[in-house]
Amino acid sequence: MTINPDLQGRSYPATDSYVVSREKIREFARSVKAASAVHFDVEAATALGYRDLVAPPTFAIIVAQRADAQLVEDPEAGIDFSRVVHTSQRFTHHRPIIAGDELVAELHVDQVRAMGGGAMITTRAEISTIEGEKTATTTSSILVRGEGQ
Amino acid sequence: MGIVLSELETGQVIGSRTIEVTRADLVRYAGASGDFNPIHWNENFATSVELPGVIAHGMFTMGAAVQMVTDWAGDPAAVIDYQTRFTKPVPVADTTGTDEPGARIEVTGVIGAVDLDNSTVRVDLTVTAAEQKVLGKCQALVRVW
Repeated sequence: MTINPDLQGRSYPATDSYVVSREKIREFARSVKAASAVHFDVEAATALGYRDLVAPPTFAIIVAQRADAQLVEDPEAGIDFSRVVHTSQRFTHHRPIIAGDELVAELHVDQVRAMGGGAMITTRAEISTIEGEKTATTTSSILVRGEGQ
Repeated sequence: MGIVLSELETGQVIGSRTIEVTRADLVRYAGASGDFNPIHWNENFATSVELPGVIAHGMFTMGAAVQMVTDWAGDPAAVIDYQTRFTKPVPVADTTGTDEPGARIEVTGVIGAVDLDNSTVRVDLTVTAAEQKVLGKCQALVRVW
């Protein structure tokens, strides 16, 4: 299987929105062993000036990986998911993600670089609220291993 | 939040901690994140794709490592930028039914840069497992209000 080099520059529009719930913030926080009270206790969050529970710094990966799925599952892309290795990740927060936010993500394929029989693909998800407020920019690089890699 | 930028110096250690990881932690992270790739929970599948065994999600390690920074900052939302490279996998042994962890991840945070103009501090994290560096260029940018 070969990666389609024409993927570079392609973008995928925002599809279904993601509603950030208190319980998902609590569940995700526990799963990364985060202990801050602002993930669990609404009073603690409002005491720090937030409207509701605050998501941990890597929570946006949930929304970003849903957006990435559009690319990975695109038959034109030629990506074999079982050969995908996550090589780098970045989160830039324009404002915190708060329980009650309804988020959408627009996915951009910033770079496709052939590596051996495989390819390194860098994607960027621009995450905003459905009201259009910019929330986070996430950048992911994945290596799709070629045969024997 | 109790951090005074002008009192911070590059190279200063903000702390170290050990994160104990079990297979159950990986299942919990899979469920919470929606990343159900079987290399993170199925030994047969992991070895069939030439991995040493079940490995932690890179995003689990990244997400757990930053807790030292958010605890130091006193507010998780103070981390306005966070990046890393995944340099080595973290194999997690199956220790189900015992009190032993399947892996230990060691995290140390050091002040990498202080930016008085923008009121931010960069914390550089060194993250290892079994004495191997598992995250590279792991940097969190913290805004100090």
